[in-house]
Amino acid sequence: MAELVAVIASTHHPFYYRASTATGEDRPPFADTWVAKIEKFRETLTRARPDVLVMVGSDHFHQLWLDNMPQFLVGKAPFYDANFYNEEREFGLPRMLLKGHEELSAHVLRQGLDAGFDLAFSNELRIDHSITCPIITLRPEADLPIVPLYTNIFAPPLPQPKRFVQLGRSIREIIESWPANQRVAVIGTGHLSLELGGPRQFGAHGPDPEFDRRAVEWIANGDIEGCLSEVTLDSLHLPGNATHGFMDFMLMMGVAGEGAKADHVDTLDLFHTMEAYFTWYPKGVPA
Amino acid sequence: MSKYLVNKFLYTIDRDPDLVERYRADPRGTVGWWESERANTLLNCVSGEASTWLRLDDAEREALADHDYPKLFELGAHPFLTLTLFIAMFERDHDGLDYQKEYARRLAHFSLPYPDIAT
Repeated sequence: MAELVAVIASTHHPFYYRASTATGEDRPPFADTWVAKIEKFRETLTRARPDVLVMVGSDHFHQLWLDNMPQFLVGKAPFYDANFYNEEREFGLPRMLLKGHEELSAHVLRQGLDAGFDLAFSNELRIDHSITCPIITLRPEADLPIVPLYTNIFAPPLPQPKRFVQLGRSIREIIESWPANQRVAVIGTGHLSLELGGPRQFGAHGPDPEFDRRAVEWIANGDIEGCLSEVTLDSLHLPGNATHGFMDFMLMMGVAGEGAKADHVDTLDLFHTMEAYFTWYPKGVPA
Repeated sequence: MSKYLVNKFLYTIDRDPDLVERYRADPRGTVGWWESERANTLLNCVSGEASTWLRLDDAEREALADHDYPKLFELGAHPFLTLTLFIAMFERDHDGLDYQKEYARRLAHFSLPYPDIAT
C-alpha cells in the first residue's frame, strides 16, 4: 500500500522566484532570510523521499473561468504545462512542464466520488503559480510526477470551510488506500490574511496580523475544531478580501488530522502578507 | 448589471499582451470593439453560438472606458482581475509599490462589507 510520508502546507508567494534569483541592486533586502527559510523548509520534503506529489492549489482565473467553474477539480493528464503569460509578466515566473501521475489521479477521482465528493476532472489542465510556486520552493528539480487538485477559493459561491477539511480527511484515506508501493507527499498552498484589489492592500504587513497569529497557531497545533468554530465564509472577509485562500490551509489540516502538531513551523513577515510553512510526518520524523 | 461580462472583459484583455497595450492606449475604443466583436462569443466555441442577450450596462461601459477602477470595485467587478490588469498597464509608470499603494488609497472610502463580487 502507498505511504503518506509528508503533509506540507505553505503560502505561495509568486515573488519568491524573482527575489531569490535577483542579484546586485535588484536583490531585495529580505531575500537572503527568505531563501534560508525556504531551504530549511525544502529539506523537510527531501528527507521524506517522496515518489509522487499530490498538489493542492487554486487557479487564479488562468485556466478556469466563470463559464464553467468547478468547486474541486482533479487533473488527470500525463503532463502539465505550467505558468501563463500574465504570470511571466507580473512575477517573472518561468514556463514549466511537470509530469502527471494518471494512475493516482484515477484513484483519487474514483475514490473521491465514492466518498461523496462530486469531483470535476480535466485531461488538459494547465497549472498556475499556486502549484508551481511550491515546486520552485520545495522541489526545484521538478522531477516528481504530480496529481493537481484545484479548489475554488475566490469565485463565489464557495464551498464551506468544513468541506475543505472533509476533503482533506478523505484525500488522506484515499492515498492510504492506494494499492501501490509508493511514497506520497501532499503539498497544499493557500493564504493567511490577504487583500488584493482593495483598500487594505500592499501595507507594511499582512492586513490582519492578529488573524495570522491565530491561524498559524491553529495550523501548527492541528486545531481543526477551534479553527472551524471561528472561521466562516463571512468571517473570512474581515482579515482581507483574498483571505478565503486560508481554506486550502484548512484542507491541509484535514489531511494532517485533528490534533496533529506540525513537525516544522516557520513564518516570515513580508510586506503585504505573512509567509507560513508547515510540515507534518504522519509516519514519524524520517531518520 | 452584467458583472459577468465586465469580468470577462478584464479576463480576456489580461490574457493577451496586444490587448493589454491596446486597452492602455485606447480604452474607450477597445471597450467598444470588444463589446461589439468579442463579448458574446461563448462556450469557447464558434461565433454561431454567440449569446443573444449579454451586454454591458452604461455604468459598466463607462467605468471600463475611463479606466475607473474605484468604480469597477463599486460595481462588484472581481478585484483580482481588475488589479492584475491595471498593474500590467500602469505599474510601469511608477516606482516600486507606489502604484499598488495609490490604488489602495483611491479605494480608501470603501469599508466592509465590500461590494458583492458574486456573478
